[in-house]
Amino acid sequence: MRVLFERTRGLTSKPFHYCPGCTHGIIHRLVAEVLVELDVLEKTVGVCPVGCAVFAYEYFNCDMIEAAHGRAPAVATGVKRVLPDRVVFTYQGDGDLAAIGTAEIVHAAARGEKITTIFVNNAVYGMTGGQMAPTTLLGQKTTTTPFGRRAEEAGYPLRVAEMLATIEGAAYVARVAVNSPKNVIQAKRVIRRAFEVQLANLGFSLVEVLSTCPTNWGMNPPEALRWLEEKMIPVYPLGEFKVPREEREHA
Amino acid sequence: MPRVLMKGNEAFGEGAIRAGCRYFFGYPITPQSELPHYLARRLPEVGGVYLQAESEVAAINMVYGAAAAGARVMTSSSSPGISLMQEGISYLAGAELPCVIVNVMRGGPGLGNIAPAQSDYFQAVKGGGHGDYRLLCLAPSSVQEILDLMGLAFDLADKYRNPVMVLGDGILGQMMEPVELPPYSGELELPPKPWATTGTAGRGTRNIINSLYIEPEELEAVNLRLRAKYQRMEEEEKRWETYLLEEAELVLVAFGTMARVARAAVERLREEGIAAGLIRPITLYPFPDAPFHAAFSRARAFLVVEMNLGQMVEDVRLTVEGRCPVHFYGRTGGVVPTVAEVVNFAKEVWQKL
Amino acid sequence: MVFDRERCKGCELCVTVCPRKILTLSPDLNSLGFHPAMITDASRCTGCCFCALMCPDVVITVLREEGEDAARADEG
Repeated sequence: MRVLFERTRGLTSKPFHYCPGCTHGIIHRLVAEVLVELDVLEKTVGVCPVGCAVFAYEYFNCDMIEAAHGRAPAVATGVKRVLPDRVVFTYQGDGDLAAIGTAEIVHAAARGEKITTIFVNNAVYGMTGGQMAPTTLLGQKTTTTPFGRRAEEAGYPLRVAEMLATIEGAAYVARVAVNSPKNVIQAKRVIRRAFEVQLANLGFSLVEVLSTCPTNWGMNPPEALRWLEEKMIPVYPLGEFKVPREEREHA
Repeated sequence: MPRVLMKGNEAFGEGAIRAGCRYFFGYPITPQSELPHYLARRLPEVGGVYLQAESEVAAINMVYGAAAAGARVMTSSSSPGISLMQEGISYLAGAELPCVIVNVMRGGPGLGNIAPAQSDYFQAVKGGGHGDYRLLCLAPSSVQEILDLMGLAFDLADKYRNPVMVLGDGILGQMMEPVELPPYSGELELPPKPWATTGTAGRGTRNIINSLYIEPEELEAVNLRLRAKYQRMEEEEKRWETYLLEEAELVLVAFGTMARVARAAVERLREEGIAAGLIRPITLYPFPDAPFHAAFSRARAFLVVEMNLGQMVEDVRLTVEGRCPVHFYGRTGGVVPTVAEVVNFAKEVWQKL
Repeated sequence: MVFDRERCKGCELCVTVCPRKILTLSPDLNSLGFHPAMITDASRCTGCCFCALMCPDVVITVLREEGEDAARADEG
């Protein structure tokens, strides 16, 4: 019997608490698989956010720290400065990273902290009940934009990957999506590169992952995959926004 | 031992280095700036890391990360900056991470001013952040004592896996005094931290640093365990100094800089024939009750003197429990009571007895 | 193909992406109260693993009998 696919040992056996069809679970799996494939799981310290992924410390099969809302990049900075030979990552949602934790992520990038951030953008606050996120699309209905997000009142969606790519200390910044098998395979490739950039001490790396929230988007999970494809990707285009300098020169 | 002239703010830094602290994360604020200036030069000399964070909020969370990684780590700030750190301090206490936080207090509330004050006493000893937690809180009153207490602060932080606050003020931070440097031979033998998140290699099991407990019974159990730890601190860690307390009928109570003024006032009162004495709490939490109990047999009144409008006086009243009148004299906003003011107020109290 | 039935939340993502359309939700409930995914015709599975790639709860293991590869190749 040949195994074509099995659950990675990078994950614990704990069942995810996420809603049915929420693609956080796919992203967890990809990160865990990459840590195992790079053979760094035993020297990895992960930092969890506040938000839907608040229990991520129960799922990643490595040492984990729970941070205060938005502060994961600062916590990861403290860990990495003490243990520069360990692999340190943060796993953050759009409220955690792009609202309350904007200062921490910008300055971690600016310092070129040798950490990797997995930024999950699902355009809504999940844990607290479907409120508007900084990444909520214009016109998107949430519990706090019941008539759709209007720029006049609530401003514009924040394009985090593009913004952070302008920062010198950011070595690798990319955006991927997990709405199809093809995009999931690509997402894993990109997440692996982000960790490789950290292992090569090249600077800060971040992967923004477009993810679904069927519950708060008010759709069934397959519809949510289509909504991500049709509504989110046009606003948040996929691709690499920053690659390490030497790769740019060789390109 | 060599005697050198040192500024209080520098003594916080040198004391930390000699205690094995190799990591400092902070954000500039007056009147503690000489402390980060000193460590920015000194830490690289001993293979440490000085990092200027983007805010006090980030700084305290970097401390959280470094403490989780098992390091001796500190931050310092002054009143408004310490307010910004409160969320992080609550998380440090909840996750039981050892670290040292120096507050060189200035006038408040709000932006206040940069003059010396003691108005963060409540914040330091009564919680400060959210939740049912305590900080060990030390209050030096000389540059020498700053050096000595920094070593103790790191030892206590590790012993109890708890943040320790060292409370100074603008005068203490800025003043220069001759000090004897504690012995120091470079690397120290520090206690092992098997709970630290350093990667599972060589350990097998996962370490998790966390303060989230969704089940109420589980969180209650955590709080009860924390309380048992605080009770152990109360049994083992109370520290104080007394001056002419034996035979004292009027007992002055003051901490930090204010205790130096109060001590001079006690001497003047004695010259005028008033049997005054002084209790100087060195630990503000746990609050030292023993010297009060020792004073009850003779004391006719306590006079608490602070650079605020009456904060530690509440702990004195809780300790005295109505057995004796407790009076208060304080100035605030960065005004420091003079010896003459304290003496005059003490004499008024004395005459009414 | 092996589904960890008890962990499946019946989200249907595997059903949606299966190119052979051989996955469906079971009429039974698991102990979580969900209709877990199941395979209707294992003989038609190509082992593409799309289902496992998209499963948010990582409940799918894809196995292949030795010799099956050759058989599939013949089938073309």
